[in-house]
Amino acid sequence: MTNEAIKEFITATLPSASFDETGEWLNIQIEPTQLLTLAKALREGETNMNYLFCLTCVDWKTHLTMVYHFSSTQHRNSIVVKANLDRNQPSIETLSFIWRTAEFHEREVFEMFGVQFENHPDLRKLILEDEFKGFPLRKDFEDPINMIKL
Amino acid sequence: MIQETEIIKDTTHLGDEGELVVNMGPQHPATHGVLHLVVTLNGETIKKIEPHLGYIHRSIEKMCESLTYRQFIYVTSRMDYLSSHINNLGCALLIEKGMQIEVPERAKYVRVILSELTRIASHELWLGAMAMDLGAFTPFFYAFREREMITDIMEDTCGARLTMNYIVPGGLMYDIHPDFQKKVKAFITQFKSKVTEYEDLVTNNVIFQSRTKGVGILSAEDAISYGCTGPVARASGVSCDIRKLFPYEVYDKVEFDEVIETAGDSFARYMVRVKEMNQSIRIIEQLIDNIPEGDFVGKTKNVLKLPKGEFYTRVETARGELGVYIVSEGGTTPHRIKFRSPGFSNLSALNHMAAGSKIGDLMATMGTLDLVIPDIDR
Amino acid sequence: MFSLEGLTAMIQNWLAANFNPTMILVLQCVIVILLAITLFAVLGLVLVLMERKVAAHIQIRLGPNRVGPGGMFQTVADTLKLIMKEGLTPDKADKLLFNLAPFVVMMVGMLLLAPIAFAKNFQIWDLNIGVLYISSISSLSVIGILMAGWASNNKYSLLGAMRSGAQIVSYELSAGFAVLSIIVFTGSLQITDIINSQENGWWLFKGHIPAIISFVIFIIAVTAETNRAPFDLAEAESELTAGFHTEYSGMRFALFFLAEYINIFIVCAIGATLFLGGWMPLHIGHWEGFNHLMDYIPSSVWFMGKTFFLIFLIMWFRWTFPRLRVDQLLNLEWKYLLPISLFNLLLATVIAIYGWHF
Repeated sequence: MTNEAIKEFITATLPSASFDETGEWLNIQIEPTQLLTLAKALREGETNMNYLFCLTCVDWKTHLTMVYHFSSTQHRNSIVVKANLDRNQPSIETLSFIWRTAEFHEREVFEMFGVQFENHPDLRKLILEDEFKGFPLRKDFEDPINMIKL
Repeated sequence: MIQETEIIKDTTHLGDEGELVVNMGPQHPATHGVLHLVVTLNGETIKKIEPHLGYIHRSIEKMCESLTYRQFIYVTSRMDYLSSHINNLGCALLIEKGMQIEVPERAKYVRVILSELTRIASHELWLGAMAMDLGAFTPFFYAFREREMITDIMEDTCGARLTMNYIVPGGLMYDIHPDFQKKVKAFITQFKSKVTEYEDLVTNNVIFQSRTKGVGILSAEDAISYGCTGPVARASGVSCDIRKLFPYEVYDKVEFDEVIETAGDSFARYMVRVKEMNQSIRIIEQLIDNIPEGDFVGKTKNVLKLPKGEFYTRVETARGELGVYIVSEGGTTPHRIKFRSPGFSNLSALNHMAAGSKIGDLMATMGTLDLVIPDIDR
Repeated sequence: MFSLEGLTAMIQNWLAANFNPTMILVLQCVIVILLAITLFAVLGLVLVLMERKVAAHIQIRLGPNRVGPGGMFQTVADTLKLIMKEGLTPDKADKLLFNLAPFVVMMVGMLLLAPIAFAKNFQIWDLNIGVLYISSISSLSVIGILMAGWASNNKYSLLGAMRSGAQIVSYELSAGFAVLSIIVFTGSLQITDIINSQENGWWLFKGHIPAIISFVIFIIAVTAETNRAPFDLAEAESELTAGFHTEYSGMRFALFFLAEYINIFIVCAIGATLFLGGWMPLHIGHWEGFNHLMDYIPSSVWFMGKTFFLIFLIMWFRWTFPRLRVDQLLNLEWKYLLPISLFNLLLATVIAIYGWHF
């Protein structure tokens, strides 16, 4: 599938999505509330994006950005979906019911960035100990004992 | 500062009636490292497996945010320490792609040869460790005999046996050792003559087959849904070899087959890795005599600065697809770096694969998943 | 010619000449106890060293080679270390059972020594139900293992003990039937009778196919009964860390370890007695010259040679095969070995009745 076809397909389901083609892959910027609609369409529609190969979050100090890398084992093309989150109350729908790999990746993002994934089946800390305070991968995380300022 | 997210209480409990909750790990012979599995048992039957990670988490992603583009490559050797060379390669490829650095042909050839040697070494270690999980101790020593030759080659080439750090952006750190080709050829001869021993000792063993066939089945759909890559996914019939699909370096110039099995059980995963070793030998054979003369490193600036933007590269490590995702703001250090490690996704499928089977099957399943814990924890 | 027979007779005569009958019995008991304990210690050391050397040979490495010539004193050093280590008892363990279990396992091994003929006329107790005694006592060892597993208050130990219980109880049947088919041939339960019946050839060769089948089943069953790989599910290292003896340390662990090797020795000695003629030299029909030559080799050498050959066989298994899964283990016994050995017993009876064996 060409990028044009994908763009057309996404515009049909989500007219407000904006596109960015400067990078290697097609970037799609959406609102967090639209994620589930778009994800379902991408998975079940003709794009057949059945492979979520990277799920992460980026801290921009003013806001957080969820980054989803989708690919299709049928068409072999990849797209990137981004959604900006409010840094104080980050919350977004879980994708773990559509791509089961999202369950672990979302748990990681939850503890590292503090993003709440709604309807996640088992949103607990995966890597850090249960008593850990703070979100280590955020830019303003301070740990005077273990971090050395360069 | 926002309110801390309320920590949801650990839901693990002592189990319902007739259930036994066993902590496998962080110190356990079969977890090969500090993986902690909370296994709920009903007699010998596994009801649920819940991994608890983080015992060896070094926050490499955070650490890399304060390291320059030349420095951070070497931290990645410590992620999947069995394919450290391929990890380094993935990072170097990203920097070269982002900054459009020309890599000399000679460096490309050597990088691929060493990648394949690393893959064989990793699979050899896996073979031994997996057989040990199933209770056979001897294959471990047979596998290490050949692996030792590879680590010797590595030592000659770059001075290290495990975490090699041989790659710099733009090429290699040093030229290859004068004996390199001779030693690699000696290894190929040795490996080919000894690989039948594995067949006799492991593959054709009746007990081994009955322990692995039909155990830990993962369907193709589930493999994709769980994001499994590498031999795990290929054993389920998913074509996912990055070397074939998105060739990097000189993989498009060599002939090799992507090994695919369809059974999706532990035996299929075993066969995929054994056959993959033979394919790696095939790749090395095509390249070893044709290493072009010339520079081993291209011209680069002293201080590397990735242009503003986002970059993503994928390489095929011994365990699957390693993704390196860098968000750059144009400075000397990355703004955000994410390693999509193959082991993390493969581990997430463990509960699905092993629930309902016996404890012995868990060892077969876990052994053939080839988990490397620092790769999962990063 | 060197013979242990003369030695026992000499001691017997000396005792008879100097003491009254009660005292003789007491002194005999003391001598036997001392000999048994010495044998235990020596066997433990030798067998552990042998295992390590055999394993090393199979695994293309050298094995212990630092302590003493060729590493001969390695196991002695290991034992010293184990003796000096602290024997921990877990806090929540059942103290009495926990401390008793290794001794129960060890005692079973000691009791089993009684009817074994180590050489011609060199036997502690030649009781007339020798084989029955062995089968009944050897089934007691499972009690020790269950005690250890239960008393440790550890989940791994419990799982290991339960596996062990299921395994030993099942494989006892096959081992029993395999032994029975030889009893059918000899018509006696006494160890000396069984050995004497093999004067003109060992049962493995005389007994046609049933004896060979019995031998194979016997070897498989006793490997399982002694919890050796590929049937080492009770202590399956990669699954249950160390199974029933996870919580044991120091000398109590060493007792379990020693008991394992003593048990191997005993089952192999029984196997050698029943199938390979015990101390009886290799005799072939009417080849007088050959038979005479074989008689020159001392009977103790014959016995030990056969026993150690079987021990080597069992060690060979361990370093070659992966472990079975628990359901496969029980399937093997109940679906294959037991029916085969029942049928085999029938076949052996028919052959014995018609006198078709040599």
